[in-house]
Amino acid sequence: MNNFAGADTLIEICYFIATALFILSLKWLSSPATARRGVLAGEVGMALAIGGTLLHHGIVDYKWLAIALVLGTIIGIPLGNVQMTAVPQRTALSHAFGALCVTLVGTAEFYLRAPDISPFMMTVLSMEVILGSLTFTGSLMAAGKLQEILPQRPITYKGQNFVNLGLLGSAVVVAGILVAHPEQMRLFPALIIVPLIFGVMLIIPIGGADMPTVISLLNSYAGLSAAAMGFVLNSKLLIIAGALDGSSGFILSVIMSKAMNRSFTNVLFGGFGQIQAAATGAKEARPVKSATPEEAASILSAANKVVIVPGYGMAVAQAQHKVRELYDALTKRGVEVTFGIHPVAGRMPGHMNVLLAEADIPYDKLLEMDNINGDLPQTDVALVIGANDVTNPAARTDASSPIYGMPILDVDKARTVMVIKRSMAAGFAGIDNPLYYLDHTLMLFGDAKNFVGNIVRELSGGDGHG
Amino acid sequence: MKLDLLSSLYVFMLAAFIGFEVIRRVSPLLHTPLMSLTNALDAIAVVGAIILAGEHKSNLAAILGTIAIVAATSNVVGGFIITDRMLRMFKSSGPKKP
Repeated sequence: MNNFAGADTLIEICYFIATALFILSLKWLSSPATARRGVLAGEVGMALAIGGTLLHHGIVDYKWLAIALVLGTIIGIPLGNVQMTAVPQRTALSHAFGALCVTLVGTAEFYLRAPDISPFMMTVLSMEVILGSLTFTGSLMAAGKLQEILPQRPITYKGQNFVNLGLLGSAVVVAGILVAHPEQMRLFPALIIVPLIFGVMLIIPIGGADMPTVISLLNSYAGLSAAAMGFVLNSKLLIIAGALDGSSGFILSVIMSKAMNRSFTNVLFGGFGQIQAAATGAKEARPVKSATPEEAASILSAANKVVIVPGYGMAVAQAQHKVRELYDALTKRGVEVTFGIHPVAGRMPGHMNVLLAEADIPYDKLLEMDNINGDLPQTDVALVIGANDVTNPAARTDASSPIYGMPILDVDKARTVMVIKRSMAAGFAGIDNPLYYLDHTLMLFGDAKNFVGNIVRELSGGDGHG
Repeated sequence: MKLDLLSSLYVFMLAAFIGFEVIRRVSPLLHTPLMSLTNALDAIAVVGAIILAGEHKSNLAAILGTIAIVAATSNVVGGFIITDRMLRMFKSSGPKKP
């Protein structure tokens, strides 16, 4: 069937429609109402593109294609059905797979074409392979850290940036030599191996709190490497899909870095993780006020307006379903409950929204930082569940704090603040949080899931308004 | 050939601008599904892998191409499934739910 006349035209038409569908797919994703239509458009576009490609006249060997497609599907189905709490590591893993595909294709293309490669072609081919390999190992490292196979604590050493820049620099130098002398084929493996090492080194100093930025950045790299592959294969479809993915990752990286008050160059050059070193000292035991579930329940039921601020701790404790019960119990008593979501809460962009949506909390109750901060001074209770740095008022007031200038949720402006926290141990970044010592802050010590569960039990026990 | 590369550059630039404008409008609510969807779309790289493996110009190309198809296909399938699963969970508070 791969020899009929006009097959090439048909393939081009398939690609053309697929491209349009991809753009529509992202456009429809902009609002929850049309988002699922966007997925459908993407699926149809993908099916058209793959179906069209199978008509390609040069294809002689269908057996292995079929095996590979089936095998990929078999691997893909469980990856599509992971638990919602595992979404960050799944995403990192899929960046790795995408980058692996791009790197392998780039490698094969080099050996098919060398030594007859034009300088421009060699330049884009180098970009494809360098970005692909570093994204591959970088994403595997990120997935390992998120899955807690690898230690989550950032590992830093003296001269780290020097080593990293040196690695990247030498990869670029090798690429430069190959552009000028593509016949030096034995240099090519270095173009893969050096970035593979660089990818590992890049993620070693990354701590959990930096993961949203890092995942976005790897997303962007994966897209750019695919676009470079489009240049190599002269495929407009691939260039466009890669550019869309690249710009998506880029936008998310910018949003994440703004939300952490990092400069953009800081993000581009992977200068993460420096914060951790500072500010672990000076931890005298200051008095805090704590409360029991009963006290917390009576304060909550007396409130008119409650804002819940979730963080990674809620995800770790799998507390989102209990939070939903709390939301129900309070809403039933006429308390207005909304959620304040910081852009970098959790381990990837939008992480909290997905978990709360999974627990059936209506999405119009999930408010962005800028929309909720104006309401917080009129809020009776701000309930912080497993979030720390994103609520730290030192970011606003203390110029010596490592997170000074980072936009935060102003929970300290609420009339009462309640913080569910396992213990007084400093958060991931090792920065003390003055919020905990305020006069109107109550610490609720315990596991987030149990504690919220206990509050819910108290609320459903006594019924009258408090 | 030169013309091809030039027009490819134009295509890249325009697509990047479209990407910025379209994706800027995506609500932060949907940033996680956005990432999994763009990841699935990005796996369109599978078409390059299919041609590489199918043409069988050298054994190396066929082997690398086949592995690449497996990797990209798992992204296509997994990416679309999880994006749809996530989006199905997002419900508005409009009608009262039990």
